[in-house]
Amino acid sequence: MRLRALGVVAAMTIPLLAAGCGGSDDSPSATSPSADKKAGELLIWADDKRAAALKPFADKFGSENGVTVKIQAISKDQQTTFVTASQQGSGPDVMVGAHDWIGNLVQNGAIDPVQLSGEQKSGIAENALKAVTFNGQTYGVPYATENLALIRNTDLAPEAPATIEDLVSTGQKLKTAKKASEILALQVGQTGDAYHLYPLYASAGGYLFGTNASGDYDAKDLGVGKPESVAAFKKIAALGEKGSGALKRSITSDNSISTFTGKKSAFLISGPWAITDVKKAGIKYDITPVPAFAGGKPATPFLGVQTFYVASKGKNKALAQEFVTNYVTTPELAVALYNAEPRPPALTAAFDQVKGSDPDLAKWQDAGKNAIPLPAIPEMAAIWDPFGKAEAAIIGGADPAKTIEAAGKTISSSIK
Amino acid sequence: MVTQLGGPATRALPAPGKSEPPERGTSLTGRIVKIVLLGLVVAIAIWAAFPLVANEAWIGLGLLVATTAVLLRLYLTPRHIPAKYLAPGTVLLIAFQIFPVLYTASTAFTNYGDGHRGNKDEAVVAIESASVTQVPGSLQYALSVATTGDPATGPLVFLITDPVTKQVSAGDADGLKKIDDATVTGSGKVTAADGYTILNAGQASLRSGEITALAVPVDGGAIRSSGLSRAYEGKAGRAYDESCDCIRDTATGNTWTADETVGAFVAADGERLAQGWKVGVGFSNFTRVITDRSISGPFLATLVWNFAFALGSTGGTFVLGMLVALALHSKRVRGRNVYRLLLVLPYAMPAFAMLLVWRDMFNTDFGLINNLFGLHVNWMGEAGTARLAVLLVQLWLGYPYMFLVTTGALQAIPAELSEASRIDGAGAWQSFRRIVLPLLMVALTPLLISSFAFNFNNFNAIYLTSEGGPFPADNPMNGATDLLITYTYRLAFGGSGAQYGYAAAISIFIFLIVGLVSAIAFKRTRAQEEVYA
Repeated sequence: MRLRALGVVAAMTIPLLAAGCGGSDDSPSATSPSADKKAGELLIWADDKRAAALKPFADKFGSENGVTVKIQAISKDQQTTFVTASQQGSGPDVMVGAHDWIGNLVQNGAIDPVQLSGEQKSGIAENALKAVTFNGQTYGVPYATENLALIRNTDLAPEAPATIEDLVSTGQKLKTAKKASEILALQVGQTGDAYHLYPLYASAGGYLFGTNASGDYDAKDLGVGKPESVAAFKKIAALGEKGSGALKRSITSDNSISTFTGKKSAFLISGPWAITDVKKAGIKYDITPVPAFAGGKPATPFLGVQTFYVASKGKNKALAQEFVTNYVTTPELAVALYNAEPRPPALTAAFDQVKGSDPDLAKWQDAGKNAIPLPAIPEMAAIWDPFGKAEAAIIGGADPAKTIEAAGKTISSSIK
Repeated sequence: MVTQLGGPATRALPAPGKSEPPERGTSLTGRIVKIVLLGLVVAIAIWAAFPLVANEAWIGLGLLVATTAVLLRLYLTPRHIPAKYLAPGTVLLIAFQIFPVLYTASTAFTNYGDGHRGNKDEAVVAIESASVTQVPGSLQYALSVATTGDPATGPLVFLITDPVTKQVSAGDADGLKKIDDATVTGSGKVTAADGYTILNAGQASLRSGEITALAVPVDGGAIRSSGLSRAYEGKAGRAYDESCDCIRDTATGNTWTADETVGAFVAADGERLAQGWKVGVGFSNFTRVITDRSISGPFLATLVWNFAFALGSTGGTFVLGMLVALALHSKRVRGRNVYRLLLVLPYAMPAFAMLLVWRDMFNTDFGLINNLFGLHVNWMGEAGTARLAVLLVQLWLGYPYMFLVTTGALQAIPAELSEASRIDGAGAWQSFRRIVLPLLMVALTPLLISSFAFNFNNFNAIYLTSEGGPFPADNPMNGATDLLITYTYRLAFGGSGAQYGYAAAISIFIFLIVGLVSAIAFKRTRAQEEVYA
C-alpha cells in the first residue's frame, strides 16, 4: 500500500515536469491570453524592507488610478532573480534595486530607459542622476543614495582626524592606553573588500577604470595593475598587518560594526546601514568624510544609488512608466522609504523635508560630496573578486607590485 | 543473502485468463488514499494544461496527456503489477536525473549566459528601445490617452497640449492634427474633447502594449508616451536593417552586423553591442575548458587537494563516528541513549549556519579557537592551516551521520559471531578486525561512496568557510582550499557575469570524474560483497 501511494505521489511530478518542458520551449511568445488577465495590474519587486514601506503608496496609487498594485518581496539575489524571471516572462513590471546593476540589466534587455522632464531631473540630486545614466540614457529613477564615511566614537576620539596618518596615531595612542584594541574597523576579511577599501585606494592615487570624453567609464582603460595602483597599494601595505596594523584581515563584514559598537575601536568606516546598530549600542558618535592620506588625493567613496526600474518584459509597461516616472518622482514616497531605512533621499525635496529631524543626513551628504558613482558597466563584475583578494594578500604582507599586477592581468583577461 | 523480491510480485499476478475483482485485498483507507492521490494527479494535470495551451506548447501538452493517461491506466487496472512498482522510480529518475543531465548537456553547447539569454528578435527589440532618446531641445507634453471608439477596442489617440502655445492636438500613427474644442486643466492635461473618449488609468493599462508601441510621427522624431500622463518627442538612434542583417545608427551611420557564430552584432572594428542572443557554439565551451591555461595550470594541484578533501572528510568522519559508535555499543556504558542524543546534535543543526559560525571561530583576532588556546594562528590565511580548518569543520559536521549509520549496522551484526571468535581465542582487536569490520564494511561501503561523491562536490563546505582561500598573491583565481566545484564556479560566474554554457561544460567534466571514481569504487564493493556475503 505504501509503495503504491508513493508511486502516485511520484506520478504527480510528471505533469509538473511536462509543464516545465513546455514553459522552456517557447517562453518568448508567451504573452497573448495570459497577458489580458494580468493587465490592469502592476507588479513591483523590492527587497523585504522596501516592500513593506512601499505597500501604502502602492495601494494609494492603485486606488487613485483604478488598478491593482501588487508588491512582492524578494529577499535574496534580487538581480539574478529579476533577470532570470524577466527572460521567462514571469518578472515584475517595476523593479527596485541598486544602480550598479544597470550594465548587466541592459545587456540582458531587462530594463527600459525612462524619459524624465527637465523639471523632474532638476529635482534629483545631480550625482544620483549621473549614476543612473548609462550610455547617455537614464535607466531609472533614483530615490536614495548611500556612501561610506568615517564614524567616530567621540568619547574615545573627540577630534575628527584630518588625515589617515592622524587617525592611525590617535588609534595607536588609544591602543597603548588600553582604551581600544584596534586602530580602525574597516572590513577586509580573507578575500578583501574592494568597495570599502576604495576611498583609501583613490586617495593614494589609484583608479579602477578611466573615463572617456563623455564622462562614462571606459572599460579599455583599466587602472588596476598600472603604476598608480602599485603606488597606492604600497601606501595601503604600510597600514597593513606588517605595517601599522590599521587594516587587518581578521576584521570582516561580520565583525567590523560590532568591533566599533563593542568599543574595541574608536573608528569605523561604513555606510548609513551601520547607524542603527551604533545608536542601539548607545555610543556617542560623529560622522565625517573618510580622511585622505597626508598630501594625497581626496578619499572619495563610491556612491550607491537605490533605483526604481521599468522592466522591459513587464506586462504593463505603460502603467509601470507612469508609476516610475510620474509617481516615484514625488517626495512623499521617498520620505516613506527613508523612514523604512535611513539612507539619504535622492530627491532634493524629500531630503530637505527630513534633514531637520535627522542631523546625520547632512553629514552623510557632506561625506559623499565627492563620491563617484559605483561603475555600472558590466565589466565591473570582473573587478570585485581579484581586486579584493589582492587587497587581502597585500594587507597580509604580500609584495604590492607583484600582487596587484597579477590581479590586473586576471581582470583584463576576463574582460576580453 | 538471498533476496525475496520476486516473491510477492509473482503471487500478486492475476491468474491467466481470469479477470480479477479490481480492489482485491485493499482496505477501505487504502482505496480512499488511492482515489485522492489519483484525483490529485488529474487535478495537477488539468492545472498544468492551462499554461501549456496558453503558450501553445503542444509537445508539452501531448506529453502531459500521455503520461497522465498511462499513469491512470496503470493504477486503475489490476494488471501490470511490476510496472506499478517500477513507475515511481522511473518517474523520479526522469525528473531528477535524466532531465537535468540532458538539459545541462544541451546548455553546454550554447553561449547561454549574461548578455546572451534571449533570442535574436529580443536582442533587436532591446537595442532599439534602449536607443530611443528625447530629441534635443524638444518639448514634453501633458498626455491623455483617448479613443474615438470603444475604450476597450477603439483606435488609440494621444491628446497632447503644447506647453507653450496651449494648443491641443490629437495624434495617432498617421500624425498630429489640431483640435479646438477641448477642456484643459491648468497643468495642460486634456480632460474632455469632442468626439474622443478619454481612457482612465485602469482602461488604459489594459491596453498597455498598444500605448507603449504608439509613436506619433512628427518632424525629426515621434511623440511617444512616458507613462500615461506625459509624452515626449523621441527618436530611435538605432534600427535593425533587414537587408544587411545589421543594426544601423541613424545619427552616425555606423553599422553592427549580426554574427551568428558569437550571437552578437559586431562592428567592422570588432566592437560588439552588449545585447546579444543565445546561439549554439558547438564544442567551444569544452575546448575552452581543456585549452585555457588558467584551468589546466592549477588543475592537477586542485584535483589532488579535491581528492584529499573528499577522502579526508569521508574517512575522518567515518573513523571518528565508528569509534564513538563502538564505544557506545558496549552494554557496560551507562546512559547510552543520552550520549547518543547529545552526539547527534551537530547533525541536527543547519550546516549552512554552522559553517558560518565555524568560520568566525577561526578568526585570527576575535575567534574562539585562538582565544581559547591562547594562539595567534591566521587559520584561513595559510594554506596548511586553512586545509586543516576546513577538514576539522567537516569532521564536526559529518561524524554524527557516520555514528548513526555505524550504530545501526553494528546492531545488525549478531553478537554470537564475536562471542564465537572469542571462544576460538581471538582478542578484542582481532575479533573487531576480522569479524566486525568486514561485516560493517559490507553495509557501509555504498554509504561511504556516496559520502565521498557528495564531499567531492561539497560546495558549501568551502564556499562558506574559506571561500577557496588563501590565494597566492599572484593568482586570485585559484586558492589552496579550492575544490574543482568552487574553482569552476569562480571561473564561470566570478569574472564577467554568469556564463551558464561554460559552467555546464565544466560540470560535465566534473560529472565524468566523479562518475569514474564511483564506478571503480562500486566495482570493488561488489567484489568485496562476494567475499563476505
